[in-house]
Amino acid sequence: MTRTRRGGAVTLTLPWPVWVPAVVGFGLIAVPVAGLVLRTNWPDFGALVTTPAALDALWLSLRTGLVSTALCLLLGTPLALVLARSDLPGLPVLRSVVLLPLVLPPVVGGLTLLFLLGRTGPIGQLLDAWFGITVPFSTEAVVIAQTFVAMPFLVVSLEGALRTAGERYEVVAATLGASPLTALRRVTLPVVLPGLVSGSVLAFARALGEFGATIAFAGNLQGTTQTLPLLIYIQSQNDLDGAVAMSLVLVVVAVVVIVATRTRDVSGVR
Amino acid sequence: MTALEARVRTRRGGFTLDVAVEVAPGEVVAVLGPNGSGKSTLLGTLAGLDAPEDARITLGGRVLTDTAAGVAVPAHRRRVGLLSQQALLFPHLSARDNVAFGPRCAGRGRRAARAAADARLADVGLPELAERRPAELSGGQAQRVAIARALAVEPELLLLDEPFAALDVDAAPAVRSVLRRVVRQTGQTTLLVTHDVVDAVVLADRLVVLADGEVVEHGPTAEVLARPRSAFAARIAGLDLVGGAASAAGLTTSEGTTVHGRASEELADGEPAVAVFPPSAVAVHRKHPEGSPRNVLPVRLAALEPRGEVVRLRAAAAPGGPGWAEGLAADVTPAAVAELGVEPGDELWFAVKATEVAVHPRRR
Repeated sequence: MTRTRRGGAVTLTLPWPVWVPAVVGFGLIAVPVAGLVLRTNWPDFGALVTTPAALDALWLSLRTGLVSTALCLLLGTPLALVLARSDLPGLPVLRSVVLLPLVLPPVVGGLTLLFLLGRTGPIGQLLDAWFGITVPFSTEAVVIAQTFVAMPFLVVSLEGALRTAGERYEVVAATLGASPLTALRRVTLPVVLPGLVSGSVLAFARALGEFGATIAFAGNLQGTTQTLPLLIYIQSQNDLDGAVAMSLVLVVVAVVVIVATRTRDVSGVR
Repeated sequence: MTALEARVRTRRGGFTLDVAVEVAPGEVVAVLGPNGSGKSTLLGTLAGLDAPEDARITLGGRVLTDTAAGVAVPAHRRRVGLLSQQALLFPHLSARDNVAFGPRCAGRGRRAARAAADARLADVGLPELAERRPAELSGGQAQRVAIARALAVEPELLLLDEPFAALDVDAAPAVRSVLRRVVRQTGQTTLLVTHDVVDAVVLADRLVVLADGEVVEHGPTAEVLARPRSAFAARIAGLDLVGGAASAAGLTTSEGTTVHGRASEELADGEPAVAVFPPSAVAVHRKHPEGSPRNVLPVRLAALEPRGEVVRLRAAAAPGGPGWAEGLAADVTPAAVAELGVEPGDELWFAVKATEVAVHPRRR
């Protein structure tokens, strides 16, 4: 069975058993979001999302999300290069460790960070003694928690892009006289740019929605560590209208990020 | 004086590559060999992409590889260019920026590099496509841009790895013609690896035949192909080749006889050329045949060689017949041999249709 589009290619018709679960799956995502819109207290919406706590949380979420994404790029790009291109022994083990935050409950991640960097932790102790720095329950802690959970998204996406591109372009660059650093800068990274962009978007989205690791490691202080997801959770305990309104703000931010990166057609660079 | 002097000995998978190759400045040497004969390993080693077990490679007096002394110059400092089957143009750069890439790496300014790129693109006949992205180029155009890119860095040695193998049949002759022209113009020292004898005939001064990782034959292209001594050279030289000068009808041999055929590309009258046809295209007759074949010549049968499904009749010049009959081969079925009742020493007629004869330009 085929369906024809005039002037285009013939598209194979999907077998019917695909459609039912596909519709259910889409509904599972779309219906709750639509419900959110219906449940919203529209007359008070403006007031609900512009309370000082809400504005603080939104601003903090955007700031920390962007900083975490930048950190993911800074640390995750070289990490992906090592995973995709080096021949270090024990690379599979290394890769499993990098993927750990994907499968670990975020709360557990937050606790491990707390044990390591807390005032009594092995590194936190030294930071406190030498520099008088206390990491937990600070905005820096929020960024660290978000980077911890978001980095694997960037690494996985970029490593895939690097493996797909292969080393052939780098070989050509070398025979044209490009040093390894020049080849990386002028060939490898531009070629995997779509993977880099989609990885960054995923990382930013994950950082924006981060809850468990943040509350365990950074706490819930308005203006310092109370990001939007944390505020939404707290509000949902007593002021449901406020929680719903801010949830909608988060949905809009997420949709804007996705649409903005999709329409840039980064996949067009091949 | 030699430009490249290489002695390479290394194990790869099932065989050992053990060869010595020399290339003089401005010379084009073709390495011919079947798949798995070690051609690619040799190129990879020369380019600095494969680490050999035991090798010494010098280029213009510079030591590139010397395993005994622990020298291994990295690929990007060798000044050895590589053009492979795939054009592998950088997909994010325009044709011009692809060609300018090498000069930029060599420290040229943006403007100078672009000017050099435009000149090279003009050399390969694509000045109007400078702004195009690789995705907007045909296979033949992309390979021509890749030629321009490889030459733009003015490498001391250019390696060609089956550069026409991935092109479709229509595009290959044009790209080969461009490559022949630019290589000749620039006097580019070149090592070509191929399994297509036509590439070697068109481009190379000298031929090195590789089999099972060893050099089994080497010498001037025409000589090796005229008197092949190895099985592989005999098989590729299994094509019938007649040297001469291009003419309107096809080709004129040194003794003035005409071989009718069609030119694979535009050829000037009198340009050195070679007529190529497969022995399977040669019909064998007892008497002068009637009908359409344009090339009919008397020969004396020198030998009968059974070759699997067919029998190869090897010709010698007949008294009074053209000299270019010497060494020509004709493949016929055993049934036809029985029917003709031929044996060595017999005088026969070979006939070849003009449409079966391709006339290629010849190096020198």
